Parts: sequence; C-alpha cells; structure tokens
Amino acid sequence: MADLSHSRSAAIAAGSGPRRLFHNLFVRNFSAKLAATPMIMTVLIVFVGCTAWTIFYSFTNSRSLPSGELVGFDQYTRLFSNRRWNASVINIMTYGVTSLCFTMVVGFLLAVFMDQKIRFESAFRTIFLYPFALSFIVTGLVWQWIMNPAFGLQETVQNWGFTSFTFDWLKNRNMVIYALVIAGLWQGTGFVMVLLLAGLRGIDEEIWKAARVDGISTWRTYLFIVLPMMRGVIVTTLVIVGSGIVRLYDLVVAMTQGGPGISSEVPAKYVYNYMFGAGNLGQGLAASSVMLLTVFIILIPWMLIEFRPKHHS
Amino acid sequence: MSNIEASGPKPRSFFTTSRIVTYSVLLIAAMYYLFPLYVMITTSLKGMPEVRLGNIFAPPMEVTFAPWVKAWDSACTGLYCEGLKPGFWNSVKITVPSTIISVLIAAVNGYALVNWRFKGSEIFFTVLLFGSFIPYQVMLYPLVIITAQLKVFGTLQGVVLIHTIFGMPILTLLFRNYFASLPQELFKAARVDGAGFWRIFFEIMVPMSLPIFVVAIILQVTGIWNDFLFGVVFAGTTNYPMTVQLNNIVNSVQGVQEYNVNMAATILTGAVPLIVYFISGKWFVRGIAAGAVKG
Repeated sequence: MADLSHSRSAAIAAGSGPRRLFHNLFVRNFSAKLAATPMIMTVLIVFVGCTAWTIFYSFTNSRSLPSGELVGFDQYTRLFSNRRWNASVINIMTYGVTSLCFTMVVGFLLAVFMDQKIRFESAFRTIFLYPFALSFIVTGLVWQWIMNPAFGLQETVQNWGFTSFTFDWLKNRNMVIYALVIAGLWQGTGFVMVLLLAGLRGIDEEIWKAARVDGISTWRTYLFIVLPMMRGVIVTTLVIVGSGIVRLYDLVVAMTQGGPGISSEVPAKYVYNYMFGAGNLGQGLAASSVMLLTVFIILIPWMLIEFRPKHHS
Repeated sequence: MSNIEASGPKPRSFFTTSRIVTYSVLLIAAMYYLFPLYVMITTSLKGMPEVRLGNIFAPPMEVTFAPWVKAWDSACTGLYCEGLKPGFWNSVKITVPSTIISVLIAAVNGYALVNWRFKGSEIFFTVLLFGSFIPYQVMLYPLVIITAQLKVFGTLQGVVLIHTIFGMPILTLLFRNYFASLPQELFKAARVDGAGFWRIFFEIMVPMSLPIFVVAIILQVTGIWNDFLFGVVFAGTTNYPMTVQLNNIVNSVQGVQEYNVNMAATILTGAVPLIVYFISGKWFVRGIAAGAVKG
C-alpha cells in the first residue's frame, strides 16, 4: 500500500509545477475543510445564527409565528411583570443556590473520604455515580414515587408508629422546590465527586509531606492548602453545574409539572410553554434571551481564569 | 520479652477511629444513593394491593412480573395502550444513527483541528466550545424553522440531526485532545511517505484511537438515550423516544395510577444507560471527566 501511494504521489510530483502546487494546496485544504464543514455550519448557523435570530425576534411582537414588527423592550417589560415568570426566576435561584452549595460541599466531602486510601474505592464510586447515568425523567419519577404522600416515605414512616411525621414536599408550595433539589442532588453529586476527586489526585504528594512535616492537621491541609490549589477544577465544576441549573427542565416536567400551582415553575419551562403551547413566541424568545444572559454571567469567572494566564505568559 | 524494643513504624490497625468514621460516612452515603434503585425494583415487583399498604422499604411478599409485562406491552400513554415497546424501538432508531454520525463527524473534525489546521479553524473551535453553554431553549425555535424548511421536522432524521449538532462540541473536544496527545512524528512520517488526509486518518489515527472511540460512544449512547427535550420537540408523536413515552405513561392524568407499573417502566427506561454504565465502568468516568478537562 505504501509503495502504491508513493508511486501515485510521485506521479503527481512529476507533473508540471503550477499544477502540482494547485493540486496539493487544493486537495489539502479541501479535505480538512470538508471534515470541518459540519463544525463550521453548526457554529455559523446554529450557535451564532439561531442565537442572533432569537435575540432579534425577542424585540418583536411575534405571536404564533415570527413577525418583523419591532416593539423594543415590550416583551421584556411584559416578561418581568408576569407573575409566573417572576416565580420561575425566584424558584430557579432558590434551586440554584441550594443545589450548588450542597453539590459542592457534599461532592467535596465524598471526594475527601474517597481519597483516604480506602478499600472498595471503585465499588463506592460506581454506587455514587450511577444516578448520573440516568435521565432526569427517570430521576424525577423515582423521587416523585418516594415522596408520594399517600403510599411513599411519609406513609411508611407513619405506619411505623411515627404518626406525626410529615414529608409532603410535593404538595407543599414552600417546600416543593427543595424536593427537586433532593432529586437533583441524588443525580448529580456523584459527578461533582468524580471531578473533585480527580482534582485532589492531581495535587502533588510533596504538598502533603510538607504539611505533615509542619504538623498541620489533615482537615486544615484540605481546607487551607489543597482547596485553594484546586481553584481551576472547582471553577470548571461550578461552571458546568451552574449552566446545567439554568437549563433545568426535564426534572421539573417529570417530578412536579411546575406545581402545585406555579410553585415549582422554572424559566426553561416558561420558554417551552410560551413557544409551543401558548402561541406567544415573542415572550418565549425574550425569556430564552434572559436565560442566555444568565449563562453568560456564569461564564465570566470561568473565562477570566481560563484566559488570564495566557495573557501573562 | 518485655525488654525487646519494637522497631519500624507502628503497624496501623484497620479499626482506628478515623477509619471507622470514613467507612461509616461512605456506607451511609452509599445507602442514600442505592435507596431509590432499591425502591424502584421492589415496588415494580409488588402487586397493587401490596403497594397500597404503604411500606416502600419492604421487599415484595409475593414477587410478580406482571407490572413489567404491562409496562412493556400495554401501559397507556393517554392516547395509545402499547406500553413502552414502541418508545424503546424509537430510542434505538434515534440513538444508533445519532451516535454513529456524531462520533464520526467529531473524529474527523478533531483530527483536522490538530493535524490540518486552516485559517480560522481555531476560532471556529472556540466558538463551538462556548456554544455548548448556550441554553438549548435559545436555539430551539429557529431550529424548528430550519428543520421544517429541510422537511425533517417531526421525523427521525430531524432528531438525529439535532443530536448530531449538539453532540459536536464535547465530542470534538474529546477527539481533538486525544489526537493532540498522540506523537506527531507518526503523522509527519506518514506525510513524508505521501499519505493524504483520509489515508492517514483511516490507517494511522483510527487504529490508534479505539479507546477514545469507546469513550465517545458511551457518552453519546447514554446522553442521547436520556434526552427528553429534543425528542419531544423534533421527533414527532409517532417517533417519541422512550423517555417521552415514560413520562406520558406515568404522568398521564386518566385512570388509576399503578405505581408498580410506573416503577417497572422507569427501570426499563433506565436499563440501557445503566447497563452501559455498569459494563463500561472507568470508561464512562473518563468520558464525563473529559468534558471538564481543559482543552
């Protein structure tokens, strides 16, 4: 095979100069560009084109079909005076802050315990991570069943004799968002644990030796020496988890459908309902543009860390 | 005997306080993570009278597979009573082509980005990575218009196209990083021998990158199988994937809720990614960690 290709390229090389040059240049660029065409199209049409389209039409009064009539910030004014949207924003912030704190703390603690040269490490990791392989629909439905007030955990514990025990978060307007947090944590903490454990393992063993020589206790070393050194991994994890939270949709649809009332509505669901259900496209597009802005704000600290060292070196 | 001094480090007992604390914490955490799986399985094996007793911790007194049969074959989604069966096959029909196409495109693309850079290729790649953070809801409606124009809206091809598009950032990153870690001498030697773009790719790069293909396939199979949003928007009612069917069965408002059938349906839907996960083990970990490693 090698001989064949050698003789073929030799044949081309034997041709006239400009033709060879043209051939090499054209073919080489053509193949690479052909290979990258799906990427170029995705970037230009979907990521740039569709995003620009959405932002533009969020300034129009589009109802069930996109229309070209510009109305300025009308959709946004209407959006932020909409009770359901404002509830959605508060819900996602409550969910986001609670979920982010618990995922990071629990994920880090699990990673630290996993880092104690334990036996059966891979068995524990398999157990902590398997929910991450499941969809949010499956996650939501399992927890919906566990939290079922009639036959679930509440009834079980009451049947044990603790008759005053209540765990009716799915029916409780104030607590339903934390029911989503519990399900979300079950699904996602294993992933954070894996990332942070990788970060812990990446810390130089010499740091540990030095800390031990200086007589610094283990938990102090983790908290004040190791944790700051893991800044990169932590910020990356925060960005991944954070941008996932903004998108939260499937879990709500499966577990609570936004209820009771509107007490577990989220922005992504608002967008979907206004685009495909209510026939109020302009509202849906404005709401999705706000989601985009939120993700952009989350990305800023990551970009600062990611691109700062390059400027210095 | 008492005058003999012990030398060397004191042998560490397995049962130190810190060890006991560590293992206790890990075991309690493991129980929390396993609890829903246990509840799913036991509930799905009980009859409805037993489920109504209200003890989700109890193992089934009488094991029955009837809920599994019903979930697969005849559970109702509101309109039809065909169970999850059609959803399962739809998910297969969506997952297989989406995985193959997206992995192939990303492999070739990653290879081009590392070994055959052209003007602007890095810029496109950077935008691609940032694009992966844009909420899907932002691009949803324009993509409906585009797929409708292409006459693939509400078809299997349509949803495959969408999965191919949104799988591209992470898969390209995966392949690009892997190809960049290979020794460049191999590529240069092949170039000197006169091998071209596709020949080097198929004869040198692909055989050397089977591990990363495995990681990419695992990532895509689990990710696409678990998708809900794209399935519900782009696939069309007759092609709804398993996750959508499952949600329609469990959250359908008509009739008496059969929790044992619901749980059987939930396990059946989770079974494919779970099997992939348990078989692939560290490959899965590698796949999800790759997304967090800097490019």
